[in-house]
Amino acid sequence: MAAALQSLLERSPLVWRGGAPAAVARPSVPTGFAQLDRLLPGGGWPGGALTELIAEDEGIGEVSLFGPALARLSVEDERWIAFVAPPHFLYAPALANLGIDLARIVLIRPTRPQETLWAAEQTLRSGAASAMLAWLPAPNERSLRKLSLAAETGRAMGVYFPAAQAMRHATPAALRLRLAARDGKSLLTITKRRGGGECAPLPLDLRTR
Amino acid sequence: MLWLAVHFPALALEVFPGAAQASTPFAVATRRERGEILIANACAARAGVATGMPVSAACTLAPQLAVRPHDAGAERRALEGAALWAGQFTPLVSLRAQRCALLAEIGGGLKLFGGLDALLARVRTGLKELGYEALLACAPAPAAAELLAHAGFELALDTCEAMRTQINRLPLGCLDVSSETIAALAALGLRTLGECLALPADGLARRFGPALVDQLRRALGEMPDPQPPFTPPERYAGKLALPAPAETVEGLGFGLQRMLGELCGLLATRNLGATAFALALGHEDHPATRIGLKLSVPSRDAQHLLALARERLARIELPGRVTELGVALESSAQLAPRLFSLFGKSEGSAESRAQLIERLRARLGEAAVCGLQLIPDHRPELAFREAEPASGQNGAAAGELRRPDASRPSRPLWLVQPPHPLAERGGTPWLAGPLALDAGPERIASGWWDGHDVRRDYFVARTARGARVWVYREASGWFLHGLFA
Repeated sequence: MAAALQSLLERSPLVWRGGAPAAVARPSVPTGFAQLDRLLPGGGWPGGALTELIAEDEGIGEVSLFGPALARLSVEDERWIAFVAPPHFLYAPALANLGIDLARIVLIRPTRPQETLWAAEQTLRSGAASAMLAWLPAPNERSLRKLSLAAETGRAMGVYFPAAQAMRHATPAALRLRLAARDGKSLLTITKRRGGGECAPLPLDLRTR
Repeated sequence: MLWLAVHFPALALEVFPGAAQASTPFAVATRRERGEILIANACAARAGVATGMPVSAACTLAPQLAVRPHDAGAERRALEGAALWAGQFTPLVSLRAQRCALLAEIGGGLKLFGGLDALLARVRTGLKELGYEALLACAPAPAAAELLAHAGFELALDTCEAMRTQINRLPLGCLDVSSETIAALAALGLRTLGECLALPADGLARRFGPALVDQLRRALGEMPDPQPPFTPPERYAGKLALPAPAETVEGLGFGLQRMLGELCGLLATRNLGATAFALALGHEDHPATRIGLKLSVPSRDAQHLLALARERLARIELPGRVTELGVALESSAQLAPRLFSLFGKSEGSAESRAQLIERLRARLGEAAVCGLQLIPDHRPELAFREAEPASGQNGAAAGELRRPDASRPSRPLWLVQPPHPLAERGGTPWLAGPLALDAGPERIASGWWDGHDVRRDYFVARTARGARVWVYREASGWFLHGLFA
C-alpha cells in the first residue's frame, strides 16, 4: 500500500504535495537567474502557458527580467519573439545588448485596443512564435483563458502586462508576479505559481546594459 | 486507364454559392414563360416545393421563395472551375457540360496519392469544401464511369468484367439519349442496358440510329472513346453571382472558399504559389470594390488565403450590398522547395512564420507589423529602424548564445521619442522628484554634417520611486530619453 502510494505520488503530475513545486508537463525556459529558477516549477518561465507581471512603476526592469530567457530563445528557437502593443518605442540597441537576435523580433502595434487581444491570441496560437510579450489594455478572465489556451496550442511562452486597474481579476496564468523597486534593486514577488504557495520576495539585479 | 467520373446532381442550385445550405427557401426554374422548378434547396423542399412544379404553385407553398432562372453559362463556368481544381490530381480532365459531369483519368497517379481509396476520399472532401454535392464512379472506360455516376452507382470498378456486369444492370434512364428514345425502348419491354445489349446491334442501329449503339459500345469499352482535354486558362479569374445580395462580408464565405479552392487547385497543377490576388465585390448601384492582397511567401494553401481574405474584408466598409464576387490571381511564383527535416520539426517553419505576419497584416494593416534593424549611428534615435520582420540579422552564429556585452554603453529598452523636456531645480533634473545621477556622463556629439546636429551628455538616473531612466543634458536643458524597463 505504502509503496503503491509512493509511486503514485512520484509519477503522477496531477498529485501535488504542499511545499514542493509541481512537476510540469511543458518544458520551461530558464530565467537566467539561478535563485529564481529554484522557486519556479519546472525551473524556469512556464512554456506553453501565460505569465502575468504587474510592475509597480515603469522603468524598474520589468522587461529586462525576461531578457536572458528571450536571448536564449532567440538563438535556440527559430520562431518569432513578438512584442504586442508595447507602451513605448522598443529600442533595438538595448535588445542587442541583452543578447537577443533582432532577426527574431516582431513588433505588433494594433491601432485599436480591441485588436490587441486578437493579435496576441493569433500570435500565441499560430505556433510561429516562441515567446510573446503583450501589454493588454483591459484583460478579463475570459479573454485571458483564450490566450492561455492559445499559448498551450502554439507552445509559446506568453507574458502579459495588464493595465493597473485589471490587477484584482482572477487569471488562468500559470505564474503571477509583482515587481517593485527597492534600494536600487528590483524586488520580485511570486503571488501565484503552479503547485506552490507564497514565497519570500526575491531581490534581483536587473540593471540592463 | 482508370477513369473517374464526377457527376454534380445539384449543379443548377450550387452555382449560387451557399444557396443549398441556406435557411431561406431558394429554387432554380426553367427560363420559359411559365417556368417550372428545376431544383429547390432543402429549406424549400421542406415547404413542399418539388422539381417539375410550376413556379406559381411553388410560390404559393413558400411565399419567401427566391426563384432564379436556370443559368447554363454559370453551370459551364462552375464545371470549368471544378476542372481547374481537379487538375491537381491528373493532367487529363474533360468536361461533359451537357451531363453536368467531369471525367478525369486517374490511373496514372494512384500511387502518388496513396491508392484509389485515398484519392477518392481527397476528391470527395475537396469537392465538399468547394460546396458541391458529387457522385463519384470509377471504371476503365470513361463512358461507363459517366453512366454509373449519372445513375448514382458510386462504384470503383477496376476490371473490365466487373464494369460489364454493372453496365448490364443500369436502368435505361441514365443513357444520354432523348426521352422519346427511352420511351420507345421502354415500350419494347426493355428496362436495363443489359436487355438492350442482348438485342442484335444492327437492328437496334437501324431503328434508333447508330448513336445509341455507339454509346452502348463505348460504355462496354469496345469502341475507342477519346476525351477532349480541358485546357486551363493562363490566369485564374473566377466570378460568382450570390444567391441573395449580401449585406455583410460574412455572406461571402461560401463563394470565397470555392474560388480560392479552385485557384489553389490550379496553382497545384502548375506547382506555383500565389504572391498576389485580388477580390472584386460587385454592387447593385456602386462601382465594384476591388481589394488587392499580397503575400510575402508564395502560398497555395486555400485555408490560409481564405483567412487572409476574411481578415481584410473584416476591415473594409461596404459601400452597398454585394451581388457578385470575383477572385483573380495577379501574380504567382515558384514555391520554395519544402525541406523535410530529419526530425520532423515542421512547426515554426519559415512558411508558418510568414503566414502569421500576413494574417496580422491583413487585419491590422501593413504598418502595424514590423521588425527591427540596427543602424551604425551614434545618435540614439537614429541607431535603429523599423524594417521587414527577420531582416535584422545581428550576425550571431546559429545556436551560439551571445553573452550580454558589458563593454557596451547602457541603453534603455523603452525609448521616449521625442525626448520629454525635464524641469531643472537647484541644478538637478526633476521628474516627479529630484533625479539621482547614477552613471555618466556619456558624451554623444555627432551629425553636424546632415543637419541633425546632436551634442548631448547622457546619464543613467534614478527617480525617487526607484525607476531607472535615461536622461541627457544639452544646451537647452534636461530631457528624458528612455526608461530601463
